[in-house]
Amino acid sequence: MAMPAAEIEALIRTALPDAEVVIEDLAGDDNHFRARVSSPSFAGRSRVQQHKMVYDALGGRMGGELHALQVVTSVPN
Amino acid sequence: MSDVNARLTQIVNDKDVVLFMKGTPLFPQCGFSSRAIAILDHLGVAYDSVDVLQDMEIRQGIKAFSDWPTIPQLYVKGEFVGGSDIMMEMYEAGELQQLLTEKQVARAE
Repeated sequence: MAMPAAEIEALIRTALPDAEVVIEDLAGDDNHFRARVSSPSFAGRSRVQQHKMVYDALGGRMGGELHALQVVTSVPN
Repeated sequence: MSDVNARLTQIVNDKDVVLFMKGTPLFPQCGFSSRAIAILDHLGVAYDSVDVLQDMEIRQGIKAFSDWPTIPQLYVKGEFVGGSDIMMEMYEAGELQQLLTEKQVARAE
């Protein structure tokens, strides 16, 4: 069951209120998304830790309900 | 340590570069695994792969072992590097090449 982009964005924003979040629908099928997340709270953390913060925000849906989500993290300049 | 963790510890310690994936390098069964293989092939390193679709214990066990919810997963010399998104980010930043060089990983024949 696919999860709408707005819901993905809302979950990330709730957990990481200072983040800029851009969700792209990669295949136009409302199922394959890329989430670009930029947050000052990523500073000083490894890529693995940054991605885990996003996965945590998604509350265990990653790999299950969200099987086709790409995540790209960055620290704002 | 559970049996599956012992198996996984052995796999990641025995093999310099190992990708836990869905399918095989020739026939990846998922776009993310396919992308991970494309990156490794492009870098020209020798690697092994484990098809998690052939082993339910590994498929579930690797997620807890790495504390990472998705597959593929890349290990280099026993250390968890990340999934395909992180591989791509690192590749684009030149960091994956750097890591493999630092770890003195063999080139593909």
